[in-house]
Amino acid sequence: MKGAPPTATPGRWSRHFVALAFLGPALVLLGVWIVYPAIRTAIYSFYNADSTKFVGFDNYRAIFSTSTITTAIKNNAIWVGVVPALVTAIGLVFAVLTERVPWRLAFRTAVFMPMAVSLFAAGVIWRIMDQKEPDRGTLNASIQVVRDEFKPTGHLQDALPSASALTGSPNKGYVVTKTVGPGGTALVPLTGILPEQVPKSAEQAAPPSVGAGQVGGVVWRDFKPGGGTPGKLDSGELGLPNVKLSLKDSSGKSVGSATSDDAGAFTFDDVGSGQYHVAVSASNFTPPFGGVSWLGPKLITPALILAYIWVWAGFAMVVIAAGLAAIPRDTLEAARTDGATEWQVFRRVTVPLLSPVLTVVFITMLINVLKVFDVVLAVAPQSVQDDANVIALAMWRTAFGAATNYGLGSAIAVFLFLLVLPILLLNIRRFRREA
Amino acid sequence: MASIAASAETVVRPPDTVAQRILRILGKAPVHIVLALIGVMWLVPTLGLLVTSIIAPEHFTEFGWWKIFSKPSLSTLENYRGIFHNGPITHSLWVTAQIAIGGTFLPIIIAALAAYAFAWLEFPGRDWLFIVVIALLVVPLQMALIPIFSLYNSLHIFDTVLSLVLFHTAFGLPFAIFLLRNFFVGIPKDVLESARIDGASEARIFLRLILPLGLPAIASLGIFQFLWTWNDLIVALTFGRDTQPITVAIFSQLGEFGSNIEIIAPAAFISLVVPLAVFFAFQRYFVQGLLAGSVK
Repeated sequence: MKGAPPTATPGRWSRHFVALAFLGPALVLLGVWIVYPAIRTAIYSFYNADSTKFVGFDNYRAIFSTSTITTAIKNNAIWVGVVPALVTAIGLVFAVLTERVPWRLAFRTAVFMPMAVSLFAAGVIWRIMDQKEPDRGTLNASIQVVRDEFKPTGHLQDALPSASALTGSPNKGYVVTKTVGPGGTALVPLTGILPEQVPKSAEQAAPPSVGAGQVGGVVWRDFKPGGGTPGKLDSGELGLPNVKLSLKDSSGKSVGSATSDDAGAFTFDDVGSGQYHVAVSASNFTPPFGGVSWLGPKLITPALILAYIWVWAGFAMVVIAAGLAAIPRDTLEAARTDGATEWQVFRRVTVPLLSPVLTVVFITMLINVLKVFDVVLAVAPQSVQDDANVIALAMWRTAFGAATNYGLGSAIAVFLFLLVLPILLLNIRRFRREA
Repeated sequence: MASIAASAETVVRPPDTVAQRILRILGKAPVHIVLALIGVMWLVPTLGLLVTSIIAPEHFTEFGWWKIFSKPSLSTLENYRGIFHNGPITHSLWVTAQIAIGGTFLPIIIAALAAYAFAWLEFPGRDWLFIVVIALLVVPLQMALIPIFSLYNSLHIFDTVLSLVLFHTAFGLPFAIFLLRNFFVGIPKDVLESARIDGASEARIFLRLILPLGLPAIASLGIFQFLWTWNDLIVALTFGRDTQPITVAIFSQLGEFGSNIEIIAPAAFISLVVPLAVFFAFQRYFVQGLLAGSVK
């Protein structure tokens, strides 16, 4: 007041009034819809389910003794541990890789597009992607393509030994118990094979002619409608082509391999003297790919995280790309001129210069992940929602689910708030430093 | 996005011979192939939803959606016809539009007023009040759900578009005020001072100077608010019963996933077409807002 011109006082008051008029609507909304409810929630958290009785810290104790909520906390810990780092890393890699590619705009648009889609619509999308049957779920269909390349389904997937002549299991393959020496033949009878599983080219099963220094044998479908003796080669029984076999010495070491022909016959050449076992390889019995149960209780959180990364990678990429564009070209070129490799430039120059941007992306993702809700509700089927639970969802289900409990729901909300509180303090500090 | 993509390459390279250029492209082939694969991977899920939405329901359990490329005869527009004649779904689209439009304009107007006060008006405790706004930025909306639920019940505005719009407005305000205030602060002081000397009222300065100059920031904010309110699930699920936006309508169908895919898939696709259109139309503003909101 001292030294101020006399006219300043009314002017100042009217100026304050103008400021209040500009701020008023915002302050009312923030006060009524955020500040007041937040305080109420904090108070509710010390009361019982219908807010009629003060219960002290009971609700907070209940958070850590209710199994669905502790599962939610554990799952949220996984989200926090995995997603911010992974999204930042993916964003960095995408931003750097696309930087000098002429069609980067198309790529960045494709990756960024899911950002506009609701996490909920993303949830429906991933329900379709994550179906278990490999002929319907896209994810499992892709896995099947890769797997068939390395570990194809065996054509004897359902076969069993027909007689006690063989021991073993489909996982390890089968071994003929009777030993055989050079010049001898082994019988490998299998059953449990449907007629349509036998290749069209199969002929009447017949053992090969065996010379000295050779071991022979026949593998066949030991089943004849209306007759036939198990373990014996009857006429009308078909050989099994393309069966992979190996010859093992007494120590179990493989000394030769062979594949059966259309009559089921096979021979091992150059066999030294001694006694051997004929073995049917496990690869013949590989069961077909049944599909990974992405939406089952075990893999649900990884499946949700995958969907979430699909949505948020674009955000990280775009923000980091903007940071990248702001790095002076000269700095990078100078490092290259000094003989640094691309990796060294990336590791020693690009990443350190980008670290403020990387931090921002990381913290933003940290807040998002702590509050994750929609994607869990949309992707996880009802039966696994307990296994997929996260804190925000646990709060909602406790307060608005079947058994309404405002006290516990409020306590979970406060717990969530306490988790984001350090980030809030960080934000304020950053602002005050800038101001 | 164009502004980011067009990062100026200031390095001057000597002109290449054709052979050098071919060698350079070949040397980079692995990068191109990997990026192309990733790009396709990112598009496949959305494509999967689109294709699933045009498969007749009786075929849905029979084969994967990608088979449609070898058997186009399996596709049908019947699902979409069904959706547009499905009363609850069309109603929920209308509700969604109302919420999104109200939830976009109201916070922009209110935040612009407040942001102007924070940026250019003097009043006691200005910085402290702004810090409070920044603090509210991270308050999870779970903190407000229960008391607002009771409040709406006692005010008898539960399950109305207005109640949803007001909730979205309040929770949109901290970010909106933060973003706009930072933009308004950057407006040259001289412009404002000379307007004030000319005797223009604050209201006039706000309408004639600040709003036009702040349009880029307002545009990016509008896109954010629109996407946020259009895509919201939790707020509508809590405060709506008959006032169902599309997300809630699909959610209530999701329990029987598979048996009613002919409703879920096309409805989900429609629900994402609008935000995608907004995104493609205003991509530049979207990215600008994103950068202003996070990097600043």
